[in-house]
Amino acid sequence: MSLSLTRAGFLTSVQDLGRNGFRQFGVSLGGALDVFALRVANLLAGNDESDAGLEITLGGLRMRFEDKRVIAWCGGEFDVRVGSTPLPAGHSCLLNADDELTINQPKVGCRAWLTISGGIDVPFVLGSRSTDLRANFGGLDGRALRDGDGLPLGKQSEFSRSLIDLLREQRVASWSSPAEWSSSAKTETVLRIIRGVDWSRFNDVTIQRLTRDAFVVSSDSDRMGVRFDGPELRRNDDVDLVSEAVAPGTIQVPPNGRPILLLGDCQTIGGYPKIAHVITVDLPLAAQLRAGDRVRFSEVSIADAYRFLLERERQLERFRIGLSLHDS
Amino acid sequence: MKITPLGDSALTVRVDDRFKDAPEKTLKEVLNVVRRLEDAHIPGVIELAPAYTTVGVFFDPIRVINCAVEPGSVVEWITQKICEGLAHGKRKQGGRAVARVVEVPVCYDPEFALDLDHVAQHAQMSAKEVVDLHRATDYLVNCIGFTPGFPYLAGLPEKLATPRHATPRKEIAAGSVAIGGRQSGIYPLRSPGGWNVIGRTPLRLFDPQTNPPALLRAGDRLRFQAISRQEFETWTF
Repeated sequence: MSLSLTRAGFLTSVQDLGRNGFRQFGVSLGGALDVFALRVANLLAGNDESDAGLEITLGGLRMRFEDKRVIAWCGGEFDVRVGSTPLPAGHSCLLNADDELTINQPKVGCRAWLTISGGIDVPFVLGSRSTDLRANFGGLDGRALRDGDGLPLGKQSEFSRSLIDLLREQRVASWSSPAEWSSSAKTETVLRIIRGVDWSRFNDVTIQRLTRDAFVVSSDSDRMGVRFDGPELRRNDDVDLVSEAVAPGTIQVPPNGRPILLLGDCQTIGGYPKIAHVITVDLPLAAQLRAGDRVRFSEVSIADAYRFLLERERQLERFRIGLSLHDS
Repeated sequence: MKITPLGDSALTVRVDDRFKDAPEKTLKEVLNVVRRLEDAHIPGVIELAPAYTTVGVFFDPIRVINCAVEPGSVVEWITQKICEGLAHGKRKQGGRAVARVVEVPVCYDPEFALDLDHVAQHAQMSAKEVVDLHRATDYLVNCIGFTPGFPYLAGLPEKLATPRHATPRKEIAAGSVAIGGRQSGIYPLRSPGGWNVIGRTPLRLFDPQTNPPALLRAGDRLRFQAISRQEFETWTF
């Protein structure tokens, strides 16, 4: 069974939790830029958290299903409908055979993650179904989806089947994930940072600028990183650093002084100074940034970074348990 | 040895800052750290990413916290485990993994060698002299990065060092053998790039359908072997 995309949208790709274990060979982590959103949406569809879904950038999709499926989505403020019925974020929704699902441009934010019960059943490549758009492998033929593509869907879980029964009449579930999980998009975003190893290479004026000024997102941003048009961050020295590992969340400063916030598709090693890192729990906010958005950075301790992450993981655990009560 | 956080989900183990003085010794130490940390099986560690002078240690903080670690002590805990792993490894260190020697066939045909004349001009040599020097040299794979499977090679003869192009080419063919400043490398995939291309190998340096997916890894020794255009066209693996 499959789903067919009449319109594939601006940039849509198959993504799961990413590809670990191959950084030493230069292979990026990849995966959903908001892994948390994908996990929540997978739970709502009755899937394993690690199943593959669609990462949708700026909408523009139309698709049809061959059979009954539960779907869910999380992310920016998108207008998602089946026929004329709106499907809100963070809800389990039933789609019948031949229903047409449309996903329009977001009012706020940039990306959404759509999951379908059974998951998208493309082959694993190096342990993941994620599409590596730069190296062209994984996902569907290693590329972004195109109009007319068909996507294979996996076998639905018992829980998905019971959800289909449960949603027969109402179509949209009365329960949902917490609202703040599915509205990660903001018009002015604050990203919390911890210091990078090269923090002290920058003078006080530059550090003040980093932690006080608003940075404007450049149109030159993509899954590799968010680029900023300004303000510029000047370095004290211009030494060439030897390349070393970088990670999603790393903020590096190239010689032109315009910082780059690395995202999931970033290269494995880099030689620019690392002034700071956005904490893991705030990477979902970074995934919603689009050209012209304003961003501020606020310093926290690494201990707090772990507390926030642990708190969110515990909330997800409670949500997972709550959801399983519907399985009866 | 200095260990610093790389965000909240990784640490950087800094083996040596004196890379330029002793690249080969530093690389050996980096690979030693990788082996010792692999053997240490630290809970929560996902993978290790060696580069010139460092090893990136990527971990899952939630799995670390689940080992009864307070959120405020994650970095201290994992740093201590790394230090223990390195100390323990030192004691049992004896045999060293033998470096592989990989022969890479290269066709220096003018159609592939877009910048051979430029490199020759810069070196004040003939194109043939450049090729002869290039293939008579032993190289060392320092690390893999930039794109999947891309080897950063050390050992380029000083004479052949040629600055990168001010404006990178939009597209460089897969297999292109190139010089960027004092470094040398091979483009495994078609990609943009600013290095000087002097030849092309028919070998596939990156194949996601195999595991490991890259032909080369850090620590390998490499030697180029000149092949004719006809051998390039009919190359079989």
